[in-house]
Amino acid sequence: MRALCSQWPALAFFALLAVVGLVIDPFWQSLLTLVFFYAFMGMTWNLMMTAGLLSLGHALFLGLGAYSTAVLSQTYGWNPWLAIAAGAILSSIIGVVITWIGVRFSVKGVHFALLTIAFAELTRVIFDNWELVGGTGGYFLKAINPDTNRPLESLRGGTLYFYLAFLAITVAGYAIVTILMNSRWGYRWRALHEDEEAARALGVPALRSKIFVVAISAGLAGIGGGVMAMMQGSLFPDSIMGLRLSIEVLIAPIIGGLGSLFGPVVGAFFVVPLMEASNVLGQSTGLFGLNTLIYGVVILLVITFLPEGIWPRVVRLLRPRERK
Amino acid sequence: MPEAMLAVRNLTKAFRGLIAVKDVSFEVRQGEILAVIGPNGAGKTTCFNLIAGALKPTSGEILFKGERISGRMPEDIADRGVIRTFQIVRPMRGMTVLENAMIGAFCRTPNVSDASDIAISSLARFGLRPKAEMSAASLTLPDRKMLELARAVSAQPKLLLLDEVMAGLRPSEGDQIVAAIKDLHASGVTVLLIEHVMRVVMALAQRVVVLHHGEKIAEGTPTEVGNDRAVIESYLGKRAKLA
Amino acid sequence: MNSFYLNVLVSGLLIGIVYALIALGLTIIFGVMRVVNFAHGEMVVIGMYAGYWMWTATHLPPWLLAIPAGALLFVIGYWLQKLIINAYIDRPQHTQFILFISLALIITGLHLVLFGPDPRPIQDAITMQSYVFGTLRIDKVRAQAALTALLVIAALVAFLRYSTLGRAIRAAADNLIGAQVIGISVKRVYAVTAGIGLACAGAAGALISPMFDTQPFLATDFTLIAFIIVIVGGLGSMTGALLGGVLIGLAEAIAALAFSPALKTLFSYALLVFVLLLRPNGLFGERERS
Repeated sequence: MRALCSQWPALAFFALLAVVGLVIDPFWQSLLTLVFFYAFMGMTWNLMMTAGLLSLGHALFLGLGAYSTAVLSQTYGWNPWLAIAAGAILSSIIGVVITWIGVRFSVKGVHFALLTIAFAELTRVIFDNWELVGGTGGYFLKAINPDTNRPLESLRGGTLYFYLAFLAITVAGYAIVTILMNSRWGYRWRALHEDEEAARALGVPALRSKIFVVAISAGLAGIGGGVMAMMQGSLFPDSIMGLRLSIEVLIAPIIGGLGSLFGPVVGAFFVVPLMEASNVLGQSTGLFGLNTLIYGVVILLVITFLPEGIWPRVVRLLRPRERK
Repeated sequence: MPEAMLAVRNLTKAFRGLIAVKDVSFEVRQGEILAVIGPNGAGKTTCFNLIAGALKPTSGEILFKGERISGRMPEDIADRGVIRTFQIVRPMRGMTVLENAMIGAFCRTPNVSDASDIAISSLARFGLRPKAEMSAASLTLPDRKMLELARAVSAQPKLLLLDEVMAGLRPSEGDQIVAAIKDLHASGVTVLLIEHVMRVVMALAQRVVVLHHGEKIAEGTPTEVGNDRAVIESYLGKRAKLA
Repeated sequence: MNSFYLNVLVSGLLIGIVYALIALGLTIIFGVMRVVNFAHGEMVVIGMYAGYWMWTATHLPPWLLAIPAGALLFVIGYWLQKLIINAYIDRPQHTQFILFISLALIITGLHLVLFGPDPRPIQDAITMQSYVFGTLRIDKVRAQAALTALLVIAALVAFLRYSTLGRAIRAAADNLIGAQVIGISVKRVYAVTAGIGLACAGAAGALISPMFDTQPFLATDFTLIAFIIVIVGGLGSMTGALLGGVLIGLAEAIAALAFSPALKTLFSYALLVFVLLLRPNGLFGERERS
């Protein structure tokens, strides 16, 4: 609880965003919604990373959550809240399975990262060939009737609704991560990351700790996927479960700064407008691919000159008296 | 005869043809300080790793307070109260001194502020209290050794395994550690230590086990062992006599 | 055996050899530098464009163009390593990952800006021709590509085994500190290794250019194939890359036969997970070194 209170600047920031969202026009609402999405996803990714588990297939959890939510609520008529919950649980379970395999067979470091890619790609290809979820052709949610739709029931709505929905899960995610990182688990995860052998010699349970962190990380990612599914209205395995998304998800937290709670949020605020700006620049000059080029160059520059990320550097600038 | 706290029975460890530990048996009694000595390559650290769960025995067993611990996970063994330190110290460099010390405490309490209290008292015991908020990476070697000990103590060990804790220290620094270990022992912790520095072995150990080429060649009080023919030969060659 | 099945299998085997060359580059870089090149597919595409443009200019057969393409990528790899990647060797894995991702984005961006997104097929008569041995028909292009790939691989193995620099590279892969102690310049070894690794990708790209239409977005597919192969074969193992490549090539062919061509990727991935469950570090994989 005290840990949460110490995060009051961040929470105030989020409160401000809630208010701001009510008055800005839909373009900015959409842009910020995307920022929240990447901030939230980045936080879930960062959580696993704290324990040293590099997930390069995070879109798997996103995608499972997305498809579960969409298919269960539309094809099977489930209550959307339950559908999202089911998606989160499914993602969680798959995450636990992958982690268990990793620990049981001593798959560590980069090998573990490749394992996550393998599982993500396998699942993507399965979904590509699965009629129930629409395969490569996609799964589509029926359009909502804006007059009769009740957003808190259907979990769908307009731009403002999704702005607030993503902001809400970002705040919730932030709170959950804050509480966890300040609990014994936070210490244990960091210890495992630093030196697994030494940590275990001090009683840190390796398997249990890793399974716990991935269960949360994957479950939260599943929720993010579920909300995204409701927003997009159409799902394709390649986009919602693909390697490209897995990569996009981790750029923001790394650029923003891994070691801190607020880093992923800062990263999203940097990366999303950067993507949009590069797109605009590319379109205005008519040069196809300029956006990709600019995006790549900026990321390279940031990691070269700000190796720890943007937020840690900002923090040091703002508080020169405090030493790490 | 008090029941042994730690019973090592016929412990053998083979690494693809090299037998590092061969049919070693000894006991550590509750409340004593036992030293394991022997020339380099005698199998001492391998023994430690077997006891602490970092390695699985090829054959033989290890019992702690009557229960089998050989073959268990290191964290389970630590949970039961057997805590080890490492010869080359392994502080968690990205964490503060206090955070390092708290890790061990978490296997005794889930509560963060309780763990912090335990950690602070451990740090105080080893003179690290003033440095609690410093990054572990910025400590000097003697301080890192103290941190290694403080971390282990936070886990409230019943049996403490110390692996060459004197290595790399000047005599004055070593004396500090010896004092700290004596203090710890006085508070009821049983200690099993590997050591090369004879001065320390003589000062601390109540009993000594000598290993050579993976086998136990002698066991007894420091004086008995110091006069044992086989021990002298193993260290100094066939013709020498220990001063 | 039914000649149709045989043809498909042989075709799969041949492309598998070229895949193996790609994977070999990836695995060598990891084996020596402990760095995973997530931009490997992009390097293959550079090779494809090199092959395409050189063919357009000279109309020389693509298998021959593999040599200059490989040389080009060697130079790129050498300097990329020296100027940029070297600084990242000791940095955490996620940072290295982002480095390669940014390089991948830059390369793809450059390809798009310079050449546009349209696919560039090599329209040469040879792409339609086959070698015929009785009932066996083999694509000339595939056969030549596979043979060239085998020659490149053989040359590489010989280099690593018999040349001084090659042995230095193997020494550094095996025991970095030991290698430094005996005076091997690690920076130079790394630069050459990066050059070799990318040269494999580039040469393979040139070999592939007549088979697939060159375009920037093929990069991800090649990265993925390279990854599946090294995951199956074991990251860091050359034998693993070779066998893995052939296995994946055959698997794709079998899947296309037994199921439908659309399912061939599924089959490769299922094989991948199957291998992972039995031997998570790959068939010839090593454990993670500290």
